[in-house]
Amino acid sequence: MARTLIHAPTTARKGEVIEIRTLIAHPMETGYRAGSDGRTLPRDIIRRFTCRYNDEVVFSADLYPAISANPYLAFNVVANASGTLSFSWEGDNGFAQTESAILTVA
Amino acid sequence: MRFGIASIAAALGLLAAFSSPGQQAADKRRSGFDTMSPRVQAMQRDDLQNPGMLWVADGEVLWKKVFGISFSCAHCHGDAKQSMKGVAAKYPDWDPIEKRPVNLSQRINLCRTRHQLVLPLPPESVELLGLESYVAHQSRGMPVAPSTAKELIEPRERGRKQYEQRIGQLNLSCVQCHDQLPGKSLAGSTIPEGHVNGYPTYRLEWQGMGSLQRRLRNCLSGVRAEPPPWNSREMVELELYLAQRSAGMKIETPAVRP
Repeated sequence: MARTLIHAPTTARKGEVIEIRTLIAHPMETGYRAGSDGRTLPRDIIRRFTCRYNDEVVFSADLYPAISANPYLAFNVVANASGTLSFSWEGDNGFAQTESAILTVA
Repeated sequence: MRFGIASIAAALGLLAAFSSPGQQAADKRRSGFDTMSPRVQAMQRDDLQNPGMLWVADGEVLWKKVFGISFSCAHCHGDAKQSMKGVAAKYPDWDPIEKRPVNLSQRINLCRTRHQLVLPLPPESVELLGLESYVAHQSRGMPVAPSTAKELIEPRERGRKQYEQRIGQLNLSCVQCHDQLPGKSLAGSTIPEGHVNGYPTYRLEWQGMGSLQRRLRNCLSGVRAEPPPWNSREMVELELYLAQRSAGMKIETPAVRP
C-alpha cells in the first residue's frame, strides 16, 4: 500500500466548485535509467488516475514516464450531490490503490 | 512642518513594524528557501503539495509501531507532538555513553539498540528517514539551537576546519562556494548559503527524501573528493559545525529544494 495525502472538503454548497488535491508515494521509475549494476531498471509507473463521484468518472488522467516521482494532481469538481469521491491509481506491476472521501452537500 | 514630522514618525513606525522581530532583520543569512523559485516555495509551504509530508506520515506510523517483542517509540516518549518539540533543533548532541557527538538519525538508532533492543535501521532507509523527518518536523518553525555541551567544543572546531579545508581533485573548500559565492550560479543552479535548517529534505533532483549526509556526499563527490563512510566521525563533526553556522534560523523540515 502506497501512502497518499488527499485534500477534499467534507462539506460544500450545491453547485459549488470544489478543489481536490491528491499526492501519492510512488517511484515513477521511467524504464530508461541504469541501476548501480549498469542494467536498465524496469519501468514502474502509475499509468492512470481516475476520480469517481458517486460512481461517475469526473476526472481522469493518463500518466507517462516523464511525470515525477510521488505525483501530485489537483483538479476541480462541481459539488451537486452528497456522496463518495473515490480516487484510484493504477500502474505497472499490478499497482492498484483506491482511496475515498465522503462529501456532504447542503 | 508638524505634518512632515508626523509622517516621518509614521513611516518609522511602519519600518519598525516590517522589520520585527528585530533580530531577523539584522540577520543577513538566507535560507535556501529564499533563493528558490516561487513554484518550489509554494510546494514547500503547502503540506499537501510537499512530498516530504509522505515521509513524515510514514514516520508517524513507525513512531507508534511495536517492533518485534519490544515496544514502540510512543511507549516511552508519548505523543511526539509534545515530547519531540524542539528536540531536533539541538542535534547533533553529545552522547555521554558513546562519548562522541551523535546526529538525530544515530540517536534514533541508539534508542533502538539500547532500549527497544532491535536492530539499527540502515542509513538513508525509508524507515529511518521517515522517523527522522517525523521527529524533526515537530520542531518546524523553531530556531536551530545547537547543544551547548562543553564536550562539543573541540569536535565542532574540527568540523569548522573541515569546512575550510580545500579537498578533492578540484581543490575546493566549502567556504569558497557557500561563504564567498552564494547567490551566484554554478552550471545553471543558484549556489545556496548551505544552511542546514530543513533536513531531512525532499530534493526534486533526488525525487525523494534525503538526509544532510546525503547532501554532503553530493558536494564531496562534486569536488571529486572521496566521501567518508556514513556517520563517520568526520561527517558528524562537519554536521556539528554546520548546525552552529545555521543557529537561530527557523527549521523547515520537511523542506523542498530543487
